[in-house]
Amino acid sequence: MKIELGEWPVSGNGAEAANVELAIEARGLVKRFDGFTAVDGVDIAVPKGAIYGILGPNGAGKTTTLRMLLGIIDPDAGYRRVLGCERPTEVARRIGYLPEERGLYPAMKAYEAIAFLAALRGVPLKEGRRLGREMLEEHGLGYAADRQIRQMSKGMAQQVQLLGTLVHQPDLVVFDEPFSGLDALNQGKLERMIRALAARGTTVIFSTHVIAHAERLCDQVAIIAGGKVPFAGPVDVARDRLRPQVRLETRVTDGPWRAALPADARHEGAFWYFTLPETGIEPLLRALIEGNAGILSLSIERAGLHDAFVAIAGEAAAKALEEGPLGENGGDTP
Amino acid sequence: MTNWSEKLRAALVIARRDFVAVIWSKTFIFFLIGPLFPVLVGGMAGNIGDKVQQSADRPSIGLAMGSDEVDRLLRARDDLDGRLAGPIPAIAVLKRLEAGEAFNARAALASSEQQVTAVLSGTLDAPVLSGPPERLRQWSGLVSNLAATARSGKALAYPEITMDEVAGTVAKVRSGQAATAQGGQVILFLLTMLLAGMVLSNLVEEKGNKIIEVLAAAIPMDAMFMGKLFAMLGVSLVGIAVWGAAGAALVMLGGQGMPALATPAVGWPLFLMLGFLYFAMAYLLLGSLFLTVGGMASTVREVQTLSMPVSMFQLMVFFFSSYALTAAGTWVEWVSWIFPVSSPYAMLARAAQYPELWPHVLALAWQVLWVVLIVRAGAQLFRRSVMKSGPSQGKGVFARCLRRGVAKPN
Repeated sequence: MKIELGEWPVSGNGAEAANVELAIEARGLVKRFDGFTAVDGVDIAVPKGAIYGILGPNGAGKTTTLRMLLGIIDPDAGYRRVLGCERPTEVARRIGYLPEERGLYPAMKAYEAIAFLAALRGVPLKEGRRLGREMLEEHGLGYAADRQIRQMSKGMAQQVQLLGTLVHQPDLVVFDEPFSGLDALNQGKLERMIRALAARGTTVIFSTHVIAHAERLCDQVAIIAGGKVPFAGPVDVARDRLRPQVRLETRVTDGPWRAALPADARHEGAFWYFTLPETGIEPLLRALIEGNAGILSLSIERAGLHDAFVAIAGEAAAKALEEGPLGENGGDTP
Repeated sequence: MTNWSEKLRAALVIARRDFVAVIWSKTFIFFLIGPLFPVLVGGMAGNIGDKVQQSADRPSIGLAMGSDEVDRLLRARDDLDGRLAGPIPAIAVLKRLEAGEAFNARAALASSEQQVTAVLSGTLDAPVLSGPPERLRQWSGLVSNLAATARSGKALAYPEITMDEVAGTVAKVRSGQAATAQGGQVILFLLTMLLAGMVLSNLVEEKGNKIIEVLAAAIPMDAMFMGKLFAMLGVSLVGIAVWGAAGAALVMLGGQGMPALATPAVGWPLFLMLGFLYFAMAYLLLGSLFLTVGGMASTVREVQTLSMPVSMFQLMVFFFSSYALTAAGTWVEWVSWIFPVSSPYAMLARAAQYPELWPHVLALAWQVLWVVLIVRAGAQLFRRSVMKSGPSQGKGVFARCLRRGVAKPN
């Protein structure tokens, strides 16, 4: 099975279309552990074929949410429907899952490990072995097909597990922190693989604490902090929660044009920065020209997902997000 | 609800993986030769013990009487040898006494030269037996018999006895079948004791390899539990086949017959078949319990800590079943048949003693039901307690209980 490394798929805005078909629908999911509420009323709607990110700092409830969606654990309250089924374990054959803590049986050979993961999802063993060898060959690991997992590097073993996650051609792929522990090269490779999966109609949902990955890849995100989801929807909608920022460069430093600038305008170096006024850019431009500002440059920048995250989840969650897990550099590389 | 065929399919995937992994591991050889060590040690200890006992405890009666009486007693001993229920101890002549000569029996018993267990002195009309109380109780009748025969002065005429062999009286058959029942229970216990403990550490591998979450997402947890039990049952059957074949070969090579056991009430073929089924049930019942308990542990150390109470539990079940064997017809016997973990032992004993087959059908169905219930409950418990936390959580449930802390999930 060859996964084509295609271009970024043209994604539909799932939330905007009311009658869009959903791969995952969850409402009011709650999970408590020993009196601690890990997930508190999470609502998620993942359109079929979308790349969906669950974005939040460590301890926010990402893994617990994914585990509930997969049926590994049951919610204490709430409703979930995965691939049209209220019991996710019944559609397990159509799902691929790569947990954050990856691992395979060390004594297994690479192709056997893929065949085993395929067998778990209902693929006959013989077919799984054939697919295992084929996939390893196609992804440049054919030489290691008969090598035991314990004889492989961590990165190679992770690739084998990734192939095992996809071997049965699932309709829905769930990745928990898929980029953690990967070097820049493999992060890029994984990003291309996720896009290729979506391009052929597979729904991909992944959790991450790295905003850049979500921003580059996702059609929609759920921002999660403290077990709650303050925002779930298209990335553009999240960004549009903040008004665009204007950057202005003028030839003269003072003059009547200054009166046209909004109250929140701040001067840094050669530039003025301020939020785009509600009235739009045209009245402002007119006032600047008439006030002889001598405009050298003017740009309107849409808010990034990071700014949107800060606005939605708060400074503390954003700080936790930036810190990331111990020993990790944040993985902000493409 | 996930259907049973799907669960069975998933269980077989796990079973196949585990079975192959165990059979092809180097440690499996040690597993196979493991039972050889206690047999060797037992054999050596028994041999040494026998030798020590032979050299240390050869009971004999020292004789100190008049010369004529000594000769008559020795003749009487020869006459009676083989005609009494037990063996007659050796008689060592300590002294042939002159008329009116006294003999100090206590001094003779205290002497390191004589080394006799008791001393017979006095006369045939008034024999005196000196020695430790237990020997006096044991030998007083025998000495009286010897003295009476010796006093008569002539060999008794023993009539020829016509032997009329009867294969088995009701009493003999019952006691023989009770022995067969007990033997069956002991073998069943030894095998489950040897093998069921293996499943304790079975889930530690999955946790250590971090593959447990992949399995939990792909297949029902009870299918995974079932698969692991099937695999270990398969491994144990391989072990039993190897040990059985080795044992049979040794018996044949040694030229000795199998120890004679009374034919069980259901007959040998059915008894052996039921023995196999009850072994499987005992293994699955205890295995499912131990798998559940072991599943809560996350490290080998925790598993080792659990081994002792688990072994004690197995012993208690065995003792209870053995006790029930001696309490036929009482409520204890009924409880031992019904209580799930003792049921296989008790029912095997029943097969040796009672010919009815339908109770076995009921019992096997009852035991299968409990295996399913325990596996389901264990799987639920495992899902709730082990799969609840994120990857940062590295400690087992037992460790958490000890720590009394609450880990925040990821």
